[in-house]
Amino acid sequence: MIELANVTKCFNSGKPNQFTAVDNVTLNVQQGEITVFKGPSGSGKTSLLTMIGCMARPTSGRFFLRGVAAALPFNQDGGDVVEITSLPERFLNEIRRSTFGFVFQQFNLVKGISVLENVMLPAYPTGEGRGEFRSRAESLIEQFSVSRHAAKRVEQLSGGELQRVAIARALINNPSIIVADEPTAHLDSKLSQEFMEIAGRLKGEGKSVLIASHDPIVYDSPLIDAMVEMRDGMVIGSRSLR
Amino acid sequence: MRRSIKFLIFTSILLALFVSLPFHACRTQKNAASGNRLEMAALRNLHITDLCLVTEARYTRHPAVTDLHAAFQEHPTALEHFPSGSFILPKISGNSDQ
Amino acid sequence: MKRSVERHLNILDFTLASLSRRKAKNLSLLAMYLLVIFILASLQFFVTALKREAATILQDAPDMVVQRLVAGRQDVVPQDYAAEIGKIRGVTSVTPRLWGYYYDSLNGANYTIMASDDVQPESASVGSGVAGVRNLAVGDLLPLMSYDKIPVMLDINSIFSSKSDLIAADLILVSREDFRQLFNFPANQATDLAVNVRNQEELATVASKIVALYPDSRPILKSEIRRTYQSIFDWRGGMTLIILASALLSFIIFAWDKATGLSAEERKEIGILKSIGWETSDVLLLKFWEGSAISLTAFLAGVVLAYGHVFFLSAPLFVQALKGWSVIYPEFHLVPVVDPYQLSVLFFLTVVPYTVATVIPCWRAATIDPDAAMRY
Repeated sequence: MIELANVTKCFNSGKPNQFTAVDNVTLNVQQGEITVFKGPSGSGKTSLLTMIGCMARPTSGRFFLRGVAAALPFNQDGGDVVEITSLPERFLNEIRRSTFGFVFQQFNLVKGISVLENVMLPAYPTGEGRGEFRSRAESLIEQFSVSRHAAKRVEQLSGGELQRVAIARALINNPSIIVADEPTAHLDSKLSQEFMEIAGRLKGEGKSVLIASHDPIVYDSPLIDAMVEMRDGMVIGSRSLR
Repeated sequence: MRRSIKFLIFTSILLALFVSLPFHACRTQKNAASGNRLEMAALRNLHITDLCLVTEARYTRHPAVTDLHAAFQEHPTALEHFPSGSFILPKISGNSDQ
Repeated sequence: MKRSVERHLNILDFTLASLSRRKAKNLSLLAMYLLVIFILASLQFFVTALKREAATILQDAPDMVVQRLVAGRQDVVPQDYAAEIGKIRGVTSVTPRLWGYYYDSLNGANYTIMASDDVQPESASVGSGVAGVRNLAVGDLLPLMSYDKIPVMLDINSIFSSKSDLIAADLILVSREDFRQLFNFPANQATDLAVNVRNQEELATVASKIVALYPDSRPILKSEIRRTYQSIFDWRGGMTLIILASALLSFIIFAWDKATGLSAEERKEIGILKSIGWETSDVLLLKFWEGSAISLTAFLAGVVLAYGHVFFLSAPLFVQALKGWSVIYPEFHLVPVVDPYQLSVLFFLTVVPYTVATVIPCWRAATIDPDAAMRY
């Protein structure tokens, strides 16, 4: 579903401190699977995920997405495959909003507003009616058993609850791909296990889950389907566990 | 009700009040013109030149018919000391044609 | 269409939620803003209404007032001046006016006393201010001490309603005989002369003829009177300038604070919004709503409150400044005037810069790459 061909990401290109975060990566990610990107910090996992999540463009290489054509106002070449790297900014945003849900290491919840508002936040600029996404948000926080905190501000929640709110927020626009960057870094083992169970549940619903992690609880989990090992921006091993 | 709707209703009420101000002003002006006409007529006959804004000093009571040195008339070096003198200016020129 | 309306409403929802988190800060901001607009708009209404009142009065003012100066001081005018001036071509009427001030030692008030042909001897019409400080009703006797130490007893014929306070609050209208008796005023003399001219174009010519005829005379033209009132209520004039300057200065300080104060927290928040799929335009729309929610509310409410303050409550804030040491002060029953030009100037001086000051500093923050939030 996601195809990367010779994707490279350079920072400070042409300057003395030039630094290649992702180096010539060619990769295929299957739909409906949990794919783990494993590697030490600085190995380029996050940079790769930001490119896959349409947050940043690769410096070179090509990147295709299948099954997102519905988000675009035009149909590229009549097919279902979209070449992301050449799209203008606003289409990228559109694809990002409708196709991807993000779970961040720091959760990145907005302080001072309620849990429910936080979950609804990504849906605001889509122009969808508030009633619709509100009921979706309510059922999501119900599903992640944080609905009793709906009106509370996020500062009042524990780490595990924050994690579940962040996942609920990632799901509000009904994305087909969930991207999680070091989601268990701030969680204890029990909560990390719980995160993996949630990931498994999402897979069960037909969503693809991409996780960058160097936590054994994640990459040793029996639930994962594929593993991509990275080091120094390069893929050093990629295998399917099925 | 959602916040934005409440806000927009509140703002439109304010806007409606704001827009109604000129209409209210117009109506009041018409009423004022028709009201106590007799009394106004009596006062008009006096050919009054000044508004009665302050009554503390004669050069601020009738600024139109006083001159620059009215404030210092009691003595050439007297300091002007009425509060209203600080914002009601005497006439700039005596006779501009001279 | 519906989607874009929904998008605005949704973002406005978030704006309001976001503003209500720092309730104390934003409410005080709103209150401060409202106060600035309120004061500026009140001043504007007050001054415009006074200008209108002045213009109304000036309609009936004589084309020219002729005074006589002795050593630079105003003195009485002999009535034969009136006869001679009446002979100048183009002059339609010359009316010797008798008026002056009476200091009431009982209460320290100054009255303006005018002689009128419409008043019977030994009677008077008084303004409501005079009636107020002397506790007078129609039919009462008002004793005024003449310069000969003889009390002049005046029967109160009528009291002007407080609606004409701006013309007549301190006025006592008496007959010419009583006026002369009261001030021991020399016969065949007048306070000044009210001159009317057939053709307004000839006013200046007539004035110079008068000065040539009587070098000690001082003609004051209607246009000069009008200019006096314009300069009193001019924006550069005393009170207006002080209030305008202080209000604008405080507004600039606070807009500056706003413009430069994009906190790390706000910056981070913008990063989060970008990372969860908000576009730059969405973030700017959020900030636009944030700026206009406060400034528009403050502007509309401030102007409406100012209108009430000036025209329903008679501008208690400014009247204090005008009062000074006056014993009699008019009740400001101003006839409302709305000047759309001045209101739009106020709008463009306050709402627009504030909204811009809210949006501009966020511009840079809003254009960061959405992946920046991943790196916190």
